[in-house]
Amino acid sequence: MRGRIRTREREQEIFTFSQGQLIWFKFRRHKAAVVSIYVLAALYLSALLAPFLSPYNMNEGSMRVYQRAQTIHFVGERGFQLRPFVYAVKESRDPVTMEKVYTEDTSGMLPIYLFARGWEYKLLGVIRVDRHLFGVQEGYLNLFGTDKLGRDLFSRILMGGRISLSVGLVGLVFSFALGCFLGGISGYFGGTVDMLIQRGIEFLISIPTIPLWLSLSAAMPPDWPPVRVYFGITIILAIISWTGLARTVRSKLLEIRTEDYVMAAQLAGSSEMRVILRHMLPGMTSYLIVSLTLSVPGMILGETALSYLGLGLRPPVVSWGVLLQEAQKVDTLMLHPWLLAPAYFVIVLVLAFNALGDGLRDAADPYIR
Amino acid sequence: MLGYIVRRLMYMLLLLVVLSVVVFAIIQLPPGDYLTSYLTRMRLQGRTVEDEAVIETLKRQYYLDLPVYMQYLKWVGGILRGNLGKSFYWNRPIGALLAERLPLTVSLSFATLVFSLALAVPIGVYAATHQNTFFDYAVNVIAFVSIGVPEFLLALLVMFWLNRWFGISVGGIFSPAYRIAPWSVGRVLDMIKHMIAPMAIIGLAGTAGTIRVVRANMLDELRKPYVTTARSKGLTERRVLLKYPLRIALNPVLSTIGWQLPNIFSGSAIVSMVLVLPTVGPLQIDALRNQDFFVAGSIVMILTMLTLIGTMISDILLAWADPRIRTTGGGL
Repeated sequence: MRGRIRTREREQEIFTFSQGQLIWFKFRRHKAAVVSIYVLAALYLSALLAPFLSPYNMNEGSMRVYQRAQTIHFVGERGFQLRPFVYAVKESRDPVTMEKVYTEDTSGMLPIYLFARGWEYKLLGVIRVDRHLFGVQEGYLNLFGTDKLGRDLFSRILMGGRISLSVGLVGLVFSFALGCFLGGISGYFGGTVDMLIQRGIEFLISIPTIPLWLSLSAAMPPDWPPVRVYFGITIILAIISWTGLARTVRSKLLEIRTEDYVMAAQLAGSSEMRVILRHMLPGMTSYLIVSLTLSVPGMILGETALSYLGLGLRPPVVSWGVLLQEAQKVDTLMLHPWLLAPAYFVIVLVLAFNALGDGLRDAADPYIR
Repeated sequence: MLGYIVRRLMYMLLLLVVLSVVVFAIIQLPPGDYLTSYLTRMRLQGRTVEDEAVIETLKRQYYLDLPVYMQYLKWVGGILRGNLGKSFYWNRPIGALLAERLPLTVSLSFATLVFSLALAVPIGVYAATHQNTFFDYAVNVIAFVSIGVPEFLLALLVMFWLNRWFGISVGGIFSPAYRIAPWSVGRVLDMIKHMIAPMAIIGLAGTAGTIRVVRANMLDELRKPYVTTARSKGLTERRVLLKYPLRIALNPVLSTIGWQLPNIFSGSAIVSMVLVLPTVGPLQIDALRNQDFFVAGSIVMILTMLTLIGTMISDILLAWADPRIRTTGGGL
């Protein structure tokens, strides 16, 4: 008896849940999407705090050219210890190829300390600090190895993440504006305008993206400052990516326009603007968010591909694509496999955005089982 | 049906006109005209072309003395007569440059599409008929990851892993032994062997997408009452599947070929750059690095044209397979 009452109460409770709560319940069932939220949060946080997390200045070269990645150990000759450490790296030359060879020197343990002193930077762009999350007091710590100029790859990936992670979001602003505007007038006016815009979209998506992006990107004057190149690239990426959003906006507008509550609002004498903003827009926000989320990975990949091919951002600006330029030659890659590390970051980032978009899409309409 | 094809062809012509305008805009995009940048480069290389007469001839050759719309018309007129113009960088006709590389580009893309469909349809059907089995889950997870992983990073990683673990080098289209050998059975086999990895990489995302579509549609169809009726009448499971649900589930697959093609061309361009295959992809990169926008624009145009033709063929196939489309116009 009590059980039945409780279920009834539970049902009552479900009726009183807000739309947001329902969406959240549905979203939580998509495990991959929930995990990806944490992954994305960690990535964006690390980009925000990049200088604090990176033990070295990303532009500072050293004599340790192409040093291989060091592994963090907990078990040394004295058995397990709580403080992690790395082994010092011994440098020698291969007698045959004269290449530098690095070997772990198991006699020199370098304990890793939290909040170690290092290079000076401005925390969040304001406070001058020289503390870093971790570091070694003597010797060197290159978790992902170093590149051809002896720069710390770990620090460079963190700093490059700032560009790679933001390029999708900035591009989103452009494609959001374009997509909402053109999709909006297409769905609202209908008729010839609609037909023209839809045909235009069909035409745009039948152009293979990479060849188009490459051409547009190469057309940017080589003397542009990095910031302008950055915005130029985001606009180039948005040229294609707005189409998806515009289609969503249009189809949702057409769908919602025929809903009874919209007619009710019109009959009650609401102005056009009020009908659109107050009644129609809330009905499509969740779909907009899904469409936006799913368009981010494409733009991140676009930037990575352009920069990797040398037609996007150029050094000294660092993004994951720029870092991957060094991994272009198979020979270099076979000798220094840690240079591939940025590729794994891009893949994790893109998969996380895809999973998030998938989960949001499932949750966007919580009333469909 | 004939009326539909005619309408579709007219629309296609219109798209080609728009395409030519877009490509011409791309060619004109870099600041300054190409003759100026060509001359600057010549000067940088230490060669002098200061001779006024030579410059005048070049100007007339590229119609730079005419207004922009006349330049466009001359350019289009040349294309209609099969003359794509001349590459500044290679100093050769663009048509000849493309002719060297297009056969491989097209065959690689076409083979990828065919293999992708041939693989995806059976897998999708099997996953749908065995819903919630281990196979189904495995297919879903693999499909999700494959759609997300970008082709060019995959190419990079595959190249690296194969080299590292098996000592196989996947770059290029021929083994060193066959690189300059004349055509023979062995050489063809060698080339096919080198095409497998690129095809798998380019086609992965599309295959995964098609599997998802086929699976979802099959699941929808299998739940419908007519399937139960067919079963209750004692049809074999195989016949039940093949007779109706599969045909309906394949419809969206046919219609998605149109948007798979640009992805495949785009993918093959960038994968070729990573794996050093002599398709138009690396040619375009070389052209752009040397500011030769005539070649780059022509490549965009050829690839888009192929996509448009492919889309048209798939539309016509779809209209042939589904009478509803040709009677209502199918969006036309």
